[in-house]
Amino acid sequence: MVLIQVFLVFAIIAALVAVEAPSALSSIISLGAVGFGLSVAFLWLGAPDIAITQVVVEIVTLVILIRATIARGVTEIRGNESKTLLIGSLILFGLGSAFFANYLSDFPEFGKSAMETFSNPASQFYLKFGLDKAGGPNIVNDILLDFRAFDTLGEATVLFAAILGAITLLNRKVFIGNGEEKE
Amino acid sequence: MTGMSSIVKTVTRWVSPFIFAFGIYIALTGHLTPGGGFPGGVIIAGCFILLTLAFGKEATFRLFNLKSSSVTDSLAALSFLCMGLLGYVFGSGFMNNFIESGFPGTPFRLLSGGNMPILNLAIGLKVGASLFAVFAYLALFRAIEED
Repeated sequence: MVLIQVFLVFAIIAALVAVEAPSALSSIISLGAVGFGLSVAFLWLGAPDIAITQVVVEIVTLVILIRATIARGVTEIRGNESKTLLIGSLILFGLGSAFFANYLSDFPEFGKSAMETFSNPASQFYLKFGLDKAGGPNIVNDILLDFRAFDTLGEATVLFAAILGAITLLNRKVFIGNGEEKE
Repeated sequence: MTGMSSIVKTVTRWVSPFIFAFGIYIALTGHLTPGGGFPGGVIIAGCFILLTLAFGKEATFRLFNLKSSSVTDSLAALSFLCMGLLGYVFGSGFMNNFIESGFPGTPFRLLSGGNMPILNLAIGLKVGASLFAVFAYLALFRAIEED
C-alpha cells in the first residue's frame, strides 16, 4: 500500500514538472515518467493487463512525440502568465476540491472494487462463469472479446476512424495535389 | 533520414526479430496470460518504429511500406467485423463466440477460447499497422512548407 502511494506521488510530481518544464523535450520526458509511475501502481493493484498496455503505449508515444518535436524544431514554449489566468485556475482548483471533499465519503475504500458495494454485481458473474462460457483463463480478455465484444468492435472502429483522419491530415499529397513526394 | 551508427544498426538487427515475435506472442496468447491484442499490436509497431529509426525509412519501406500497412489495417478491421457477422450464421447472434460453443477446446491450451485468439490477432495486426502508419506520416514526411 505504501509503495502504491509512493509511485502515485511520483506520478503527480512528474505531472507538475511536465506542466512547468521550460522546454518541450523535458516535458515530454516527464510525461513518460507519469506513465511509468501509473503503470507500476496498476501492477501493484493487481492489473497486469493495464500495466503492460500502459508501458507499451507510453514507450511508443514517447518515441513518436520526441521524433515529431525534434523534427519540427519546436523546442520552446512561452507561457502566458497573466494574473487572470492565475486567479481563474485558483477558483477552479477551490471549486474542484470543495466538490471532491463533499463526495469523498461516498467513494469505495482504496484498492477495493466499486462493484462489491452493489448487491448483485456483474463482475461476480464474469469471475464465476468466464472460464466456462468463454473458455479463456484470462478474465479480462473474456470480457473484452466475448461478453463485451460489441464494445471492442466499437473501440476498433473509433481507432480506425482516428487513424484515417490523422493520415488524411498528415498526408501532404492531399494538400499539394500533384501526387509526387519531394524530400 | 539515413539511419544511425553501426552499433545501433547491429543491435537492432539482432533484437528486432525477437521484439516482433514477442508482439505476436502477446497478441496470440491474450486469452491465457496478461496481454492481448492491443499491447501486442503496439509492440509490433514498436519493432517497425525501431527499424525505421535505426535504418532509415527506405530500408523499412522495402519490408513494410505505407500501402501494405493501410491494406493490413483495413483487412484486420474487416476480419474482426466478419468474425462478428459469422456469429449470425453459425451462432446465436452478432459477435457470438460460435467456435467455443461448437468446438469447446481444453482450457489453458493455445487452441481454446473459440474465436478469441482470432479476434486478438486481428486487433494486434490492426493496431500495429495503423500505429506504424501514423508514425511514418507524422515523423518522416515533412509538413507543407509555410509560405
